[in-house]
Amino acid sequence: MAVKDYLRERFFPHLWCPGCGHGEVLGGMIRAIERLGLKKNDIVMVSGIGCSSRIVGYVDFHTLHTIHGRALAFATGVKLARPELTLIVPMGDGDALAIGGNHFIHAARRNIDITAIVMNNRIYGMTGGQFSPLSGINVSATTAPFKTIDKSFDIVELARAAGATFVARSTTYHAQHLSEVIEKAIRHKGFSVVEVLTQCPTYFGRKNRIGDAPEMVKWLKDHTTPVGSKAKQENPELIERGIFVDIEAPEYCEEYSKLVERARGGSR
Amino acid sequence: MGKTVKFVQGNEACVEGALYAGLNFYAGYPITPSTEIAELLSLKLPPRGGKFIQMEDEIASLCAIIGASLTGCKVMTATSGPGFSLMQEALGYAVMAEIPCVIVDVQRGGPSTGIPTHVSQGDLNQARWGTHGDHAIITLTASNHQDVFAMTVEAFNLSETYRTPVILLFDEVVAHMREKLILPEPGELHTVERLKTSVKEGVDYHPYLPREDGRLPMSDFGGVHRYNVTGLVHDMWGFPSTEPRVVHGLLRHLVDKIENRAHELARFKEFHLEDADIVLISYGSSARSALHIVEERRRRGERLGLLELQTLWPFPGDVVRTRCARARAVVVVEMNMGQMVPWVKLAVERPDRVFLANRIDGVFITPADIHNILRIIQGRGV
Repeated sequence: MAVKDYLRERFFPHLWCPGCGHGEVLGGMIRAIERLGLKKNDIVMVSGIGCSSRIVGYVDFHTLHTIHGRALAFATGVKLARPELTLIVPMGDGDALAIGGNHFIHAARRNIDITAIVMNNRIYGMTGGQFSPLSGINVSATTAPFKTIDKSFDIVELARAAGATFVARSTTYHAQHLSEVIEKAIRHKGFSVVEVLTQCPTYFGRKNRIGDAPEMVKWLKDHTTPVGSKAKQENPELIERGIFVDIEAPEYCEEYSKLVERARGGSR
Repeated sequence: MGKTVKFVQGNEACVEGALYAGLNFYAGYPITPSTEIAELLSLKLPPRGGKFIQMEDEIASLCAIIGASLTGCKVMTATSGPGFSLMQEALGYAVMAEIPCVIVDVQRGGPSTGIPTHVSQGDLNQARWGTHGDHAIITLTASNHQDVFAMTVEAFNLSETYRTPVILLFDEVVAHMREKLILPEPGELHTVERLKTSVKEGVDYHPYLPREDGRLPMSDFGGVHRYNVTGLVHDMWGFPSTEPRVVHGLLRHLVDKIENRAHELARFKEFHLEDADIVLISYGSSARSALHIVEERRRRGERLGLLELQTLWPFPGDVVRTRCARARAVVVVEMNMGQMVPWVKLAVERPDRVFLANRIDGVFITPADIHNILRIIQGRGV
């Protein structure tokens, strides 16, 4: 199928700003799904609130646009009820890790077979450019006129520590790589996390004088390096991209099936 | 074959009612005095192939059951005041997206952590207006275990019929008290199954286009119809809209589908109302003490009656008005600071004759408490 066969063209044009990276994530995700040969009826996409979350309106799957931060909790209900379905949860950085931080770590702890895609543009875009838990220090935002003093999470380390069994990072500059890691994340059995560094030229770029969208994408190219590269040793400031965790571990819904067998057998 | 008779807590009666109604997905978080519901379902759901999950908080619990409901499951969660407060945003989501689900709030004393192991009926108006924005809600309650069972079945039935969350507002006394429960045979009580769309694969399915009778047939996630569900104001496809005509139409639909049916949604019991000149109005465990005093006074020839409300929301104003038409006095018996009184005053013709008999100290309201109020109303002093 062509990419457009996965889209709800009726609902275009989309609401994202010119230069926004979210469309690249959408494209990478659809190409991954196409390569995996998944049927549209077998995919449930669940999102929360924010620019990133509006992605679900544009795709021709079973789509659930929920409330701020809680997408993974809704997705957990869908997945446990129907484990044969493929669950993909696109979230923004504030959505996933500020208001949704608790659900993020608990979904990882359960290792439930859901793919979380965190579209990290380091800003709350929909509300007009406030700093997020991923902004990092010394960043300008509409709620940080004197620059941020709040340290940021490292999504990869957080996901790993919480128990995610697949963790990767990519960027909107590395479109091919992005699509490939999303494909691997969906294929992975267990809780998988893909952090996508993406650009918000309207708020983050403008407030922090990084430049327009092409310059922000170039920033992603210049400030990232493949995981374990020599460049990282020479310049610790670089952000690594690639697959950080890819391990096999008992998956929640499969363990639940075993629990049902135990309950039916009368043993506890 | 004899009927199955059990000696159980109210929380277990609720569990039995839910399973009878077809509950097959429960998500929850431990909280007194509702915890037995989760404990019992963790034992009873898995052998039936049902799903039980203990979530990280009450917010996630309600979110998870909403997700499961969309796949076609009959779903429930249970909590108490603090957890019910946390659930309010997701409750509004279920109202807006029209997702059938049942939420049990076993009331404790509040506000805040309050008095977790003691009785109160202080969440009455939270059940009505806890979530933000104009909306309608169905809330049921019961005073004894047979009725807890029946109202729990009813909650599932109404949530399926009207595609809406239904709140079961129980209280600590009913939840923890033990008494007899006779389990109805399968088929003895009516159960409503999910109304599924008859639209065939390949034909445009409009998830939010009501049929002529106002009902919205559903299509399970994972089925042949792919559509969008959102908490934003949405059109008949479930796609966000800010079109004034769409906004107005959706809000009217959400409220009217319940408020316009207040009369047919009213569940209540009448005791000695035919000639009562003093009508007690009560609900939940308070109604037990109210009934006690009505029967005691009747034996002495006094004309007392009891209207026990089981549907709390939408408020059954017509029922209250007609049953109180001949009363010299109406006494609302509840364990809060009079949360139902304004609604009763709005319903009756003589609001100045509406009084409150209450307790707010975490102690169960006794017949003696009501007796004292009645003596004051009657000008006889305590």
